Amino acid sequence: MTTIHDRTSINQGEGGDHLLQPGVLDTSHGVVLYLEDITVSFDGFRALNKLSFSVDVGELRCIIGPNGAGKTTMMDVITGKTRADSGTVFFGQTLDLSRMTEPQIAQAGIGRKFQKPTVFEQHTVFENLELAFKTDKRIWHSLFGKLKAEERDSIHEILATIALLDKASTRAGLLSHGQKQWLEIGMLLAQQPLLLLLDEPVAGMTDQETERTAELLNTLAGKHSIVVVEHDMDFVASIARKVTVLHEGSVLAEGDMNKVQNDEKVIEVYLGR
Amino acid sequence: MHTRYQPLLLRLLGNSRWIGYVLAISVLCILVPVLNLVVPDGNVLHVSNYIVSIGGKILCYAMVALAMDLIWGYTGILSLGHGLFFALGGYAFGMYLMRQVGLDGVSHSNLPDFMVFLDWKAYPWYWSGSEHFLLALLLVVLVPGTLALVFGWFAFRSRIKGVYFSIITQAMTYAFMLLFFRNETGFGGNNGFTDFKRILGIPIATPEMRMTLFVLSGLTLLAMLWMSRCIVESKFGRVLTAIRDAESRVMFSGYNPLHYKLAIWTLSAMMCGIAGALYVPQVGIINPSEMSTANSIEIAIWAAVGGRGTLIGPILGAAFVTGAKSWFTASFPEYWLYFLGLLFIIATLYLPQGMMGLGKKIKGKYA
Amino acid sequence: MQIAKIIITCCLALTGLLAGTAHALTVAERLALAAGDNDQRIAALARVVAVGDPGASPFLKSLLDDNVKLVGNKIFVVDAGAAINAATGDHVELPADAEDVVNNNRMRSELGAAIAALDLRSPDAAVRLQAALALRQADAADSTFALVVQAEKTEQDKKIQTILAEIRAGIELHSTDVVLRLKAARELAASTSAEMRQLLVGRLEPGGEADPEVRSAIATSLRALDQRLVYFEVAGTVFTGLSLGSVLLLAALGLAITYGLMGVINMAHGEMMMLGAYATYLVQNLFRQFAPAWFDAYILVAIPVAFILTAIIGMLLERTIIRHLYGRPLETLLATWGISLILMQLVRTLFGAQNVEVENPGWMSGGIELASNLVLPYNRITIILFSLAVLLLVWTLLNKTRLGLFVRAVTQNRSMAGCVGVNTARIDAWAFGLGSGIAGLAGVALAQIGNVGPDLGKTYIVDSFMVVVLGGVGQLAGTVYAALGLGVLSKFLEGYAGAVLAKIIVLVIIIIFIQKRPQGIFALKGRSVD
Repeated sequence: MTTIHDRTSINQGEGGDHLLQPGVLDTSHGVVLYLEDITVSFDGFRALNKLSFSVDVGELRCIIGPNGAGKTTMMDVITGKTRADSGTVFFGQTLDLSRMTEPQIAQAGIGRKFQKPTVFEQHTVFENLELAFKTDKRIWHSLFGKLKAEERDSIHEILATIALLDKASTRAGLLSHGQKQWLEIGMLLAQQPLLLLLDEPVAGMTDQETERTAELLNTLAGKHSIVVVEHDMDFVASIARKVTVLHEGSVLAEGDMNKVQNDEKVIEVYLGR
Repeated sequence: MHTRYQPLLLRLLGNSRWIGYVLAISVLCILVPVLNLVVPDGNVLHVSNYIVSIGGKILCYAMVALAMDLIWGYTGILSLGHGLFFALGGYAFGMYLMRQVGLDGVSHSNLPDFMVFLDWKAYPWYWSGSEHFLLALLLVVLVPGTLALVFGWFAFRSRIKGVYFSIITQAMTYAFMLLFFRNETGFGGNNGFTDFKRILGIPIATPEMRMTLFVLSGLTLLAMLWMSRCIVESKFGRVLTAIRDAESRVMFSGYNPLHYKLAIWTLSAMMCGIAGALYVPQVGIINPSEMSTANSIEIAIWAAVGGRGTLIGPILGAAFVTGAKSWFTASFPEYWLYFLGLLFIIATLYLPQGMMGLGKKIKGKYA
Repeated sequence: MQIAKIIITCCLALTGLLAGTAHALTVAERLALAAGDNDQRIAALARVVAVGDPGASPFLKSLLDDNVKLVGNKIFVVDAGAAINAATGDHVELPADAEDVVNNNRMRSELGAAIAALDLRSPDAAVRLQAALALRQADAADSTFALVVQAEKTEQDKKIQTILAEIRAGIELHSTDVVLRLKAARELAASTSAEMRQLLVGRLEPGGEADPEVRSAIATSLRALDQRLVYFEVAGTVFTGLSLGSVLLLAALGLAITYGLMGVINMAHGEMMMLGAYATYLVQNLFRQFAPAWFDAYILVAIPVAFILTAIIGMLLERTIIRHLYGRPLETLLATWGISLILMQLVRTLFGAQNVEVENPGWMSGGIELASNLVLPYNRITIILFSLAVLLLVWTLLNKTRLGLFVRAVTQNRSMAGCVGVNTARIDAWAFGLGSGIAGLAGVALAQIGNVGPDLGKTYIVDSFMVVVLGGVGQLAGTVYAALGLGVLSKFLEGYAGAVLAKIIVLVIIIIFIQKRPQGIFALKGRSVD
């Protein structure tokens, strides 16, 4: 029952005077996520084809691409849900994600939001956040541990951030679709991850909600590294600094929004010339 | 929070839940024994031995229903192996009871009669130590617990879920039943264990012993209820429910569902073992038919009828179904299976929350 | 001496054959067979055998069955309570002072051999086959030798001829002629029978064969025979395994549809099989009562009746109960368990708790004997073929018809199928009806090989679920491989560990297998939707 959680201490030292220790997150090179030559096939169909890309510390990266480009599969590979057939995926320089289980990856500091909002519908909003909150997540602590006052306070802070303060004791199942999306983002925040993976965070949101989500993500960037998969181009334009276009399982183009939008290959794929 | 500074007694009385506990304990430990042993037969208030024996059975079944509720109602894993764990607990304690028969068996041998018939000369190795009472008590929880741990580890590790898990546990139960039907397995084959004589040297077939076992069962049930309450109200319990509702979110929140499932599954199996151990001396027999797949599914219906995800519900469900069974088999034996079958259908179609949900609905209507 | 005897008997037999008439025994001959000391009687028996008249065999059978009584010199044959005076053929009251003809074991075995030897000349091939098998088992006596040789020459049926050759070689193995023994020993290498093996082993024991060359020939033949026996035993296990597998396949095919395609755990599936078996029972009874001449064809009627009956019940259940439970597989498990209890009790109420008798049609009894230890019963062969036919039917229905197309569409995306105009509710009912109907067909098959009782379904339900789990959801090919594989595996394990342990080992293997491939043999890998 060893978990990465106990062994992970964050090592963000400057320069090269640190020791590389497996099991300890090391982002000293300024890169939080590396994917190299990742290939995943399902029954002969290549969902990811030698995909390589990396995310810097504090970066907000948007990933776009037509359906079946491999966006969700890529997230599955990063979070340990799907194992790559070949290639390497590293968190920082030392954590080999392909050797870790989903909970270990989560504890190491990667949070993920699903395409379809997934919250604990039978629990209250507060309990949802409490369950997600970064703490010892082993059985013993869950049985006998008590919520500390400062933990309660930071949960309330998150509730305020996601505008659900007045819904704290409402069952999550009763929330609207947009509120569930926000709650899920709030749960990610409670996990205090270094890297957030958001799969279509504004799907099904009203324009106003979308706007506020963009605002929220903009404030989070810098503190966290964020990867957003989204179809909504206006939303992408409103948050994106760097955009990666996926097509047929590999990177088609990468750069700022302007560059990508004027890329010949991207236009071809999207407009189908 | 404000109750913290009140005197203990006031606090206890101020909480309706605790009143329930105190009431239950006093009924179990004082009222029933007095009405059964002291009030003479023929008096209106006399509680007959028949009622006591059914009551004792119900108390044991209620423990199993509670265990089923923890794993199914709260964690969403339908086990069809709880009948097996129950029977294993019963067999483990039954071994001790067989040792206590001593030379009083039909064959007047040191060995149980069925071993004499098999022409065995000594106890097989897995019987060693079963003559010690404390070791027997340990086996009662360890045997089902270990089996559950090993089986669960394999099953949960490979992410076997939902009906797959139910079917695999059913197959496990079935295999064990076949194993215990064999004479050579060394547990009495078809006939199992019966004709017990004493526990700790005290004769078993006396009214006092029956009452002792009854009270003991009641107190054990209360202890289990209290423990279950602590579990489901802790964060551990909330994680279990979260696993039931959205397991992937639990994983991506950093919990390892394997450990949580394994813990509650093993605990649940141990509770069944204890229930089985209390059951066997009260009914005086344990045989492989206790392991039939039908029994395990019936346990599920206790929980479903009473109300999954509530702690009291499954206990009421076990009492209701067992009571109905006793009444039917006495009055209309051929209609029992029709009734039970209908109960399965009605409970799944119309009573998703069981009797507890029904009660709430009725309350809501008139409140 | 012996050769002369053979020649004489051959001639006699030949004349008998040429005459073509069967004349019964004379009274004197009968008396010689029934009265006197054993040596005299056996000598008389040898004379009767030497004549080789099949007409003698009824009387010998009566003798063997202790139905011949003596009063002084009068012989009476008791037949179904009535006594017949053998001299006059009149039916008479058996005199009170009638004495039993006592046959000791030696007499009995001589009589048996004699009857068999005479039966070798019966015009009925089945009788001749039985006779040859009996003779082989009876450790044929020298007195029958002539008849065996004769029969071997004239026998047209290859199989009977082979057995006769074995018997002849077996007798020749005891001959005084070394050349003959050597030839016989070598000939027996081709044998497959346990009796001949016994014989060879016996000759190798001290005091048996003395000649070293013959000894080594016997040893060589014995090795060849043993090897062939092992080979046949393995083949036999594979066959029984396939037969069990095909039963499992029949049971699991319906489940593969209801569970694999519709996600419904149908615990009442076993009871559908049980109903199919009872439908077979009813059809059989109707035929017996109203059309006994057509009895052998009842199964042809039972198949559609069982299918339609169970399919209708299945559709009714789907419309009334199961449709409310889609997407809640654990609830369907419990509800269908409830249904199964009700169906079981219903059958108990209607037909009683006892097992009922279902008789195989005549053409299904018996079997193909490939070797003494390898008999393929016709009913098992029929079931294997039947399950293949049902498999083909299901495959065609699912892959080549509109119904199948709709069922697959609903399986993959219920709401989308609904959007493009598929009546999903009706498809559900049809698919569930199909699954139940196939269970009914399985019931027809089970009625042919096992007991038919209210508990029939419960015996198979765990095993058939194992097949579906192992085969993988929604995969017909997986179901087929899993069913046949499990069948053969359990039969092999049964040989080593006994039935119960075999079951447990199979279960453990399945659990270990699922560790490696949780989705079964034929898992569809893909992006799961969460």
